[in-house]
Amino acid sequence: MTEVAEYVEVHRHPEPTSFISKWIFSIDHKVIGIQYILLAIVAVFIGMGLSLLVRLRLVWPEKSFAILGDLFPIGAPDGVMTPEFYLAMLTMHGTVMVFMVLTTAPQGGFGNYFLPIQIGAADMAFPRLNMLSFWTTFLSFCALMVAFLVEGGAPISGWTAYPPLSALNAAAMEGTGQDWWIISIALFCIASLLGALNFIVTTLELRAKGLTMMRLPLTVWTWFVTAILGLLAFGVLLAAGILLLLDRNLGTSFFIPGGLVVNDQLVNHSGGSPILWQHLFWFFGHPEVYIAILPGMGVTSHVLATFARKTVFGYKAMVYAILAIGGLGFVVWGHHMFMSGMSPYSAFVFSVLTMCIGVPSAIKTFNWIGTLWGGKIRFTTPMLYAIGFVSLFVTGGLSGIFLGQPTVDLWFHDTYFVVAHFHLIMGVAAIFGMFSGLTFWFPKMFGRFMSEGLGRIHFWLTFIGVYAIFGPMHYLGMIPHPRRYAETTGVDFLAAGGANEIQYFITIAAMITITAQFLFLFNFLWSLFKGKVCTEDNPWEATTLEWAIPSPPPHDNFAGKIPTVYRGAYDFSLPNAKRDFAMQCNSDEMVFPRSSGD
Amino acid sequence: MSESHSTSVATQAGWGGGVSPYGVGYKKLGMWLFIVSDALTFSALIVAYSYVRIANDWPTPFEFYPAIIFSSVMTLVLLSSSLTMVFAVDAGHKGDRAAAAKWIWATALGGVIFIVLHVREWLHLIHDGVTPTGNPFGTPLFGGTFFTITGLHMTHVAIGVIYLAIVAMGFKSGKYDSEDVEVSGLYWHFVDLVWMFVFPMVYLMSTKVS
Repeated sequence: MTEVAEYVEVHRHPEPTSFISKWIFSIDHKVIGIQYILLAIVAVFIGMGLSLLVRLRLVWPEKSFAILGDLFPIGAPDGVMTPEFYLAMLTMHGTVMVFMVLTTAPQGGFGNYFLPIQIGAADMAFPRLNMLSFWTTFLSFCALMVAFLVEGGAPISGWTAYPPLSALNAAAMEGTGQDWWIISIALFCIASLLGALNFIVTTLELRAKGLTMMRLPLTVWTWFVTAILGLLAFGVLLAAGILLLLDRNLGTSFFIPGGLVVNDQLVNHSGGSPILWQHLFWFFGHPEVYIAILPGMGVTSHVLATFARKTVFGYKAMVYAILAIGGLGFVVWGHHMFMSGMSPYSAFVFSVLTMCIGVPSAIKTFNWIGTLWGGKIRFTTPMLYAIGFVSLFVTGGLSGIFLGQPTVDLWFHDTYFVVAHFHLIMGVAAIFGMFSGLTFWFPKMFGRFMSEGLGRIHFWLTFIGVYAIFGPMHYLGMIPHPRRYAETTGVDFLAAGGANEIQYFITIAAMITITAQFLFLFNFLWSLFKGKVCTEDNPWEATTLEWAIPSPPPHDNFAGKIPTVYRGAYDFSLPNAKRDFAMQCNSDEMVFPRSSGD
Repeated sequence: MSESHSTSVATQAGWGGGVSPYGVGYKKLGMWLFIVSDALTFSALIVAYSYVRIANDWPTPFEFYPAIIFSSVMTLVLLSSSLTMVFAVDAGHKGDRAAAAKWIWATALGGVIFIVLHVREWLHLIHDGVTPTGNPFGTPLFGGTFFTITGLHMTHVAIGVIYLAIVAMGFKSGKYDSEDVEVSGLYWHFVDLVWMFVFPMVYLMSTKVS
């Protein structure tokens, strides 16, 4: 801790000694962060496997895959996937990815590990609650996996679980798969609410001396705002989930309208509204998009500044942009429902508000470019992923401008254009944020570097791969190729537009890209045990507090000595300074050479 | 309000940053945030209720006697329990642990009476054929929304009674400090406040108009 000018002594808690209390039911935020990350890694490979099945079914609807016949005798009899099985895989792919990967790793994983350290705290405000959040999330994951195993199989109503399909047992899916899905999501809501509460209290109450809000690293800002979004959004999804569960199991009719005929039988319900679900779901669902992407923005800002050796361009504007994106995120849910039968006046309001999000997003993008401009850029792998994030964010964001306009959305709604849009911006961009964060913080977390060579290969394969997958989907959407259909190879107008060849190309690109992810997994596991050892506290010459302590950090982070903070988070290339960076805990005396006037 | 008692643990521990925003301790801030998220959950249910109520021909079956009288008594009991909770927090601030515990127990008793009355009211309605899936008055959603909203509220009251019992015992034995009492009071007042929305929206608005 030679970088620390001054510190405040605090009471220390003894390190846990038993294996269980240290690694399983740990209350140490760093262990919990790693647990979240491991859960997300398991989930992301499951989610990728499911997407592979989806891609295979789209291109070879009749083909028999022997192994599938053995694994799923009902879903894929003789190895040929049924349309219901396709929908089930699609639903589970979306659910696993959105909830168990995009929501857990950036916030629960990296946020848990680094938020307390970056603000100079020994742990979260409520360590036990933190542990409870993780294990509730784990239970939620298990409940979701149970949906694969029960009779009737996994739900088929998509990750948005639109009723009446999701609300009626009689509609296409007999069985409890959808119930397990709801139970999983309800548990996830509770876990996320508790986690969000913990993050907010920690950020507000446990900052080190001198660390004002406007000196916070942008990562902390994004975790903080993400937590606020989670706190406000998940409660609503919980309520919606309860209502859906009651519809399915108690016979209520919240989401089921009267006069509905399913399988030639009049359904004995009346009075409910499927649109009500859409309102409740998207009131959660749109903020959820920002819950997934905001931490990635924070990591990107952080990494770009560190490796461009420049302060973040427009720090304050970045903070206000984060707050604006978070705030606007709550008033645009209607743009998911333009086609659900909405008054054109409402659609107009939602559309204008949606366009407004373009402003803070553009501010962020230009500031990222401004940060890079004229910098002494070090092209490390975290930097490559961060630049990749900016690229994907711009590409995915531009298609959002199209979809946000009701008139254009009439054509694009529920086509592959939408698939391309949200995969690029909330899926792949967010995952690039995670790649960047993991490679950047890996030496701090595990005391070893990830392989730069493997990282570069993985970056280029993935970067080109995702554009090869999702780029052509924009064109598919213009044909327009509808999404969520199991079998489209025999449709004339699609074939005339060249859809079959494009789908084939996308599937091949997806197979290569998925394979490339095993390279990252290998890099991760290999580097854990065999990677280059990191002996320094601050190998990247970064500025924030996590780099002032040993790698990996001791169990209470600062060994009872909380550093005093003197400056903002991104003091790079200060004029007249001794070095090209000044850590937040460096006093002016340490940064600048003594001038004769003093 | 005397705030001297609630020197937050965060400040005491010398977290440095120390200056807790608005002088709120971390436990109290945590409870406020929980209340915000829980309020969102109830709001979603009440919005859903309003949505289906407007979309349907909604029945107004509650007679002045017994339904409205009964629910008014329940409201009175719950409001009174908030008053006793205020006395409990006040006694806690003054350091009178015995008196505070006594008032918390009184609050919990109010909660129990509320639940007993409410269950009796439920059974009465069920006896009249009102269930989550249907009722003799009209749209099935009448029963669905009624039992869902009041059921979730009753669950909150029940959890609150258990919570208060733990705080009462813990405060008397010296395990908890007066801030813990205040935090439990926040929860209790919130549950009360929710009822002040549920009572007019679910009961009064469905009163039979002759």
